[in-house]
Amino acid sequence: MKKAIPGLLLERRAVVRQLLKDPDDDLLVIAGLGSSCWDITAAGDRPLNMPLWGGMGAPVAMGLGLALAQPGKRVLVITGDGDMLMSLGSLATVAAQQPENLAIVVLDNEKYGETGNQATHTSPRDNGPTASGAGADLGAIAKACGIADSATVREPGAVAQLVGDARTAQGPIFRVVKVMVEKLELVMPPQDGALLKDRFRRALLGPAG
Amino acid sequence: MNANAAPDWRDQIFEVLRAHDIRQVYHVPDAGHARLIEACQRSASIRTVVLTTEEEGVALAAGAWLGGQRSVLLMQSSGVGNTINMMGLTKTLRFPFLTLITMRGELGEFNSWQYPMGQGTPKVLEAMGLLVCPVAAAADVKATVDAAARAAFNGGQAVAVLLRQKLIGIKNFGEK
Repeated sequence: MKKAIPGLLLERRAVVRQLLKDPDDDLLVIAGLGSSCWDITAAGDRPLNMPLWGGMGAPVAMGLGLALAQPGKRVLVITGDGDMLMSLGSLATVAAQQPENLAIVVLDNEKYGETGNQATHTSPRDNGPTASGAGADLGAIAKACGIADSATVREPGAVAQLVGDARTAQGPIFRVVKVMVEKLELVMPPQDGALLKDRFRRALLGPAG
Repeated sequence: MNANAAPDWRDQIFEVLRAHDIRQVYHVPDAGHARLIEACQRSASIRTVVLTTEEEGVALAAGAWLGGQRSVLLMQSSGVGNTINMMGLTKTLRFPFLTLITMRGELGEFNSWQYPMGQGTPKVLEAMGLLVCPVAAAADVKATVDAAARAAFNGGQAVAVLLRQKLIGIKNFGEK
């Protein structure tokens, strides 16, 4: 089921499948709770994915800690607009460090998907009594925080460039991807946090991890 | 300076952090931790990360551990309240976590606004499953922080060291 909102054209799962296509061991992925977590798992669960089932507001800071610890690897954070809105300050924290290997992609459908699609602050103002937000522009916020390479992607034709940037452009980079509101199958990764952490460390660090 | 004087406890903490191969140090500006933060900033082996809010430090610590590095979060008792939900990560992911907390709101505090979180700090940390180790005497700081680091990085625990206000000194209004 898809709901057409003007300006929201992209399908999140298709975008994430492209972002995570043919991953090698140099690609470390952290996904925020909720839909982003199911999206990366639908693209193929792997040990070097760290899907979060909780800790709203954690992914960008966690990605920064990982990027600083592993400067030779690419760290890709994929999360939603609600999660990003809860941790706007972490964008300034990233900007202060300028990690060259960190890419942040926010899948922005202007809704809190896990709680029933209430409007987030990225939803337009004057959007009716129950769906109005602030029109908050996450890309502009990231840029103003000091992440110079920040942009918003709306068109299917821009996805290939997005994927190239997310995988290889010199970081820190920040991309907002405006995606449509969809009801999608839940594709769940393992839930045990210690297991997720241990399999990640073993895959990255070897048996000592 | 008297050559025979005991080393400053803040310098001793720095030596303990180096001995335990701490590679990332997270902080907000804090008068109590200022000397330690500056020592870390000058260190070639430590990356310091200034935060906008203390909860970022818990998530950063989880990320650093995923990447194979040890870290420590420096904060004030008033910042502990900002971290509580994120502290849950230490339990769900079961990763080693060490935080050093300068206390406010203990007896002698002049600022009434510091008392609620200061008095609540040990209770909320314990409620989130952290081991809480208070230290009030300068002579005990080195051994306490070292034991806390062992509990964290050898024993896999989440540990908070409370540097009591008696140790730091009571802040006076207008005092630098």
